[in-house]
Amino acid sequence: MGLLRDIGAYLILMRRVFTRPEKSSVFRHQFFIEGQNLGIDSLGIVAIISVFMGAVVAIQTAFNIDSPLIPDWTVGFTTRQSVILEFSPTIISLFLAGKVGSRVASEIGTMRVTEQIDALEIMGVNSAAYLIFPKIVAAVLLNPILVIISMFLSIFGGWAATVMTGLGSSVHFIEGLQLEFSLYDVFYALTKTIVFAFLITSVSGFHGYTMKGGALEVGRASTRAVVFSSIAIIVFNLILTQILLS
Amino acid sequence: MIEVQHISKAFGDKQVLKDVSFCFEPGKTNLIIGQSGSGKTVLMKCLVGLFEVDRGGILFHDRDFSAMSFNQRKEVRKEIGMLFQGGALFDSMTVEENVIFPLTMFTNQSREEKKDRAQFCLQRVNLQDTGHLYPAEISGGMKKRVAIARAIAMNPKYLFCDEPNSGLDPKTANVIDNLIHEITHEFNITTVVNTHDMNSVLEIGDNIAFLYQGELKWTGDSGSILRTDSPEINDFVFSTELTRRLKR
Repeated sequence: MGLLRDIGAYLILMRRVFTRPEKSSVFRHQFFIEGQNLGIDSLGIVAIISVFMGAVVAIQTAFNIDSPLIPDWTVGFTTRQSVILEFSPTIISLFLAGKVGSRVASEIGTMRVTEQIDALEIMGVNSAAYLIFPKIVAAVLLNPILVIISMFLSIFGGWAATVMTGLGSSVHFIEGLQLEFSLYDVFYALTKTIVFAFLITSVSGFHGYTMKGGALEVGRASTRAVVFSSIAIIVFNLILTQILLS
Repeated sequence: MIEVQHISKAFGDKQVLKDVSFCFEPGKTNLIIGQSGSGKTVLMKCLVGLFEVDRGGILFHDRDFSAMSFNQRKEVRKEIGMLFQGGALFDSMTVEENVIFPLTMFTNQSREEKKDRAQFCLQRVNLQDTGHLYPAEISGGMKKRVAIARAIAMNPKYLFCDEPNSGLDPKTANVIDNLIHEITHEFNITTVVNTHDMNSVLEIGDNIAFLYQGELKWTGDSGSILRTDSPEINDFVFSTELTRRLKR
């Protein structure tokens, strides 16, 4: 019952969020701030994670290939496929659920506790749209860019690790990268990323916006935001994979 | 003028407001007083629409606020300024940006016009040199004054103040009280102040409503509150040994 009530409350909140902004200039200003906070500020850590993630995928693949029947380009091919199909869109989104989700929930939750949301409401501002909508738009537009950067850096990390450890040659790795490349895989990855970006910001915004209590509850709301947006990502990953790849 | 007509509000089984009727008059500092838990904050939140009433009506100059939709209320809300207990200033904005915010949202004024208006409001609360500071960099009393400046930026018809001097030293509390009183008379605003501070009651109470366990028990002004025979209000006003000794 509790879950159903939460889903109902989430949908009601989303109806308030997706209304025309009161002033487009204010929305633009908020969008650029959120773009900086949620997107650009995540670039550094996404880059580090991606390079190491790609390197680990390549090394593990190379170590697990014993048979001489398996061609040398397999490491590059497997790294590319793993990174594009799953690691960059899903792992980076799960990471962003932690980083961005906790930030969104605690920021909005603190505004709730300190009556800043009440102040917005009394002024006549649609506080849900003012606070959550720019975050959703910023994440939906910027997360795909982060994921594309992550794809390139992961593949670079895989290539560097393969070549530097002597587990394969650069020529074979690049051959594997180019083999049977399908643009649809990138489309699938970016579609997932957009859905995940929406889930991260809307679920976290919901937990921050609807929290009640004091400072302790802000922490709880932040934790709930990360947990529920991560679960939502995993569930929708399965659903989207079934829909888009079947 | 704000008319409260027979409003009731309950949370679950707990009846917080019981058939309260009162008239908040324009150009006067109207006080809602009572002990903690008497329903003052709930009444104020009902007045500004943060809580919905279960029964009764709230009329802002004959406009039934409690029966309005969200969008209809937006028009009335543009005429409302509110001072929250903690100030409720936006942390991410400077003092000046806080005062400018409602003007940006609801007017088409130029940047210079908004800055001039913000400067006027900040001057009115004696904080003309703090526009560049963030809320975290100013004291509690200054936060309240900035909140007053933000509340009057849109030339409100109605000003609501929730415990305006809680957490302040007596001198600063007096400054805030006087500021609210002066602004009310200067701009002919219908001001509603929610307080349990007896200094405020005696200093600025033009029109007072005393709530006791969710019921309106007494109405009057700061002059008559000391002479009333109401046991509940005497218990509230003369609650300390010092005030009882002064009465004797």
